[in-house]
Amino acid sequence: MKLSKLSALAASTALCAPAVFAEEMANELTLVSWGGAYQASQIKAYVEPYLAMHPEVKVVWDESSAEATAKMRAMTEAGNVTWDLVDAVASDAMRMCDEGLIEELDHDAVLAAAPDGTPASEDFGELLVSDCFVPQIVYSTTFGYRTDLVGDNPPDNICAIFDLETYPGKRALQKRPIDNMEWALYCDGVAKDEIYDVLSTPEGVEQALAKLDTIKDQVVWWTAGAETPQLLADGEVVMGSTFNGRLFSAIAEQNQPIGMLWDMQSFDLDGWVVPAGLPADRKARVMDFLKFATDTQRLADQAKYISYGPARKSSAPLVGQHAELGIDMAPHMPTDPANAGNVHVYDYEWWADNRDDLDAKFQAWLAK
Amino acid sequence: MADTTQNGPVLAADGTPLKRSLSRALRMQKTRALMLVAPLLLFVLITFLLPIADMLFRSVENNIVSDTLPKTVVALREWDPASGEAPGEEVYAALAADLQVAEENKTHTRVGTRLNYENPGISSLFRKAGRRVSKWDIETDGPFKEQFLDMDKDWGKVEIWQTIQTYSPTMTNGYFLNSVDLMKGADGVEVRPENERIYITLFIRTFIMSLVITCACIVLGYPVAWLLANLPTRSANMLMILVLLPFWTSLLVRTSAWKVMLQQQGVINETLVWLGLVADDARLVMINNQFGTIVAMTHILLPFMILPMYSVMQTINPSYLRAAKSLGATNWTAFWRVYFPNSVPGIGAGSILVFILAIGYYITPELVGGTKGVFISNRIAFHISTSLNWGLAAALGTILLAVVLLLYWTYDKIVGIDNVKLG
Repeated sequence: MKLSKLSALAASTALCAPAVFAEEMANELTLVSWGGAYQASQIKAYVEPYLAMHPEVKVVWDESSAEATAKMRAMTEAGNVTWDLVDAVASDAMRMCDEGLIEELDHDAVLAAAPDGTPASEDFGELLVSDCFVPQIVYSTTFGYRTDLVGDNPPDNICAIFDLETYPGKRALQKRPIDNMEWALYCDGVAKDEIYDVLSTPEGVEQALAKLDTIKDQVVWWTAGAETPQLLADGEVVMGSTFNGRLFSAIAEQNQPIGMLWDMQSFDLDGWVVPAGLPADRKARVMDFLKFATDTQRLADQAKYISYGPARKSSAPLVGQHAELGIDMAPHMPTDPANAGNVHVYDYEWWADNRDDLDAKFQAWLAK
Repeated sequence: MADTTQNGPVLAADGTPLKRSLSRALRMQKTRALMLVAPLLLFVLITFLLPIADMLFRSVENNIVSDTLPKTVVALREWDPASGEAPGEEVYAALAADLQVAEENKTHTRVGTRLNYENPGISSLFRKAGRRVSKWDIETDGPFKEQFLDMDKDWGKVEIWQTIQTYSPTMTNGYFLNSVDLMKGADGVEVRPENERIYITLFIRTFIMSLVITCACIVLGYPVAWLLANLPTRSANMLMILVLLPFWTSLLVRTSAWKVMLQQQGVINETLVWLGLVADDARLVMINNQFGTIVAMTHILLPFMILPMYSVMQTINPSYLRAAKSLGATNWTAFWRVYFPNSVPGIGAGSILVFILAIGYYITPELVGGTKGVFISNRIAFHISTSLNWGLAAALGTILLAVVLLLYWTYDKIVGIDNVKLG
């Protein structure tokens, strides 16, 4: 009943006043993001400039990105979506897209082209992993280590995490199978391009868990990205994985004795998604903002405030120096050639299929 | 007088039978009482009971498959998975027709996600098929079996079709089976493979650890409550503030404080090493395990134990103890035989509060529980917010609720719920 009413309403608005609604934009914009340094970089790089151009607009922030999928589903079921634009990681975006909670977008139509005229779909290239998703940044999950605890033999290979003899002490790993299983197989001698084939078999899962078993009692499992920098700073762990931006701020902004281990860093994407079925005036405002916030210059500007790589190819040459520290940001980007020598490419499709199954096995293994 | 008792019913002053008059008055009184509580009743019903009932209902609800794939479900009824062969063309044709409609409504990926919980891989099969099928003409483009197999050979797998068939009824017990480490197999209910069993372990762990926490709260809280009830008012008020102060502090702050205290480079370990009681390379592991969870949760839940105990102890008349002693009881006998039995209702109330809060606890075990100290609620939260498997979360929640009610009932039978007092 609700649906038919809605569609009747949509039809009538479409018939009566398409022109009026297309022109009118809502003046309130509810943005959902992660809070902290990341949200601050978004405010500085494109929200404040947008507000300067459109003083009539009021932006409301909701720091709910970590629970975005669940909240989006609850709001959609209740028929009252209060969010306008949501920041989400790529895997969550795919999930919401599958559930029909967010809008499919024609990237070339709604996004700005690169300054040289390259259409958006080419400029973002293969990073457009879902039809519903507009990537902003490339971040990576990678390792940091305590420079004073590893002696004069700093690790330069991911397999150092499994080497308890050379690097005794605890390690911090994320409490989920994603990335950890791949690293375990890689360090157990599986070739990089065969990792997902091996992991698709029950034996492969056993093999990965057996490898993780060798360090299980030396692992501190984290769930929030802020935990690893804290554990490293306290000397609780000798090395640990987290998002590269967190390590950057611990090293460059807080001068902690931490070094970066970029080998086999796991790339991931973060970007915008638009809730499905927004009223026309709100959607018009969202699309206007989205086009501005993801253009070449804006994405490059964001890298002044946080060490995540812009998702557009055309933004890369424009990346400059940190806004406050004045250091060159390029060498701190996960996408910098010096850092991206050996990367692990995360297979979204594979994990979308196998996440629940592997998670059950991973959790059972953890509880053992 | 004799006349009235013989002839018919007793009449009220206005001539109506007294019985009816009385019942009318009572009914009015009841209606008035009901009207007074109606706002609260409605509020609780709408904002609390109905949403909970709706959420719990998800544990058995399974409309999505038959709603999204109506023709396929009907066509599949004839098919027997024991034949070991994929179904025939008519099922594939039905699926093509269903998927085309579903793709238009963007529901094909939802049914894929639902079935993927039971059989990993179905999610992407449906996603890819939707894209392809939307371009077909159902009238003329058949036969479809070949085309589905061309798209992905997995469409020929018996297990895929078996999963669709098993989960086509509108109600399912699959979520409940899953939440007790069972599953629907080829021939009825089966035990899950050992490397996927987790929920029974977690349920048992949750109950044992909650019991330990409750006991720790009783042991630590009883003397404090006794002091509170028996000190002069001034010092009792000071002590009361000390009890309430942590109560007013953020849960996260207290949990993080325990991290700082208990971790290997933390305050306690540093002190022990400095005192020479513990070697530097053999620091105690006190956090990210069950010990850490018990310590932190006992601290957080302690006020819930102390306050009901205190309010019961305050009502115990001190002259009872004096009377016991004047009749020759030792201090211990007077306490154990007179004071303690009088304080039991407070212990009961505190224990129920602490235990029920503990089994549903989530934040603290998540932060300091490591791998061995997490509770069932952490998995429920995971399925609500990360895996979006709300059916399974609802089934786990229903079981937890049922067990709590069962424990409450047992408590009532053994101790008697009348014997619980909050003051």
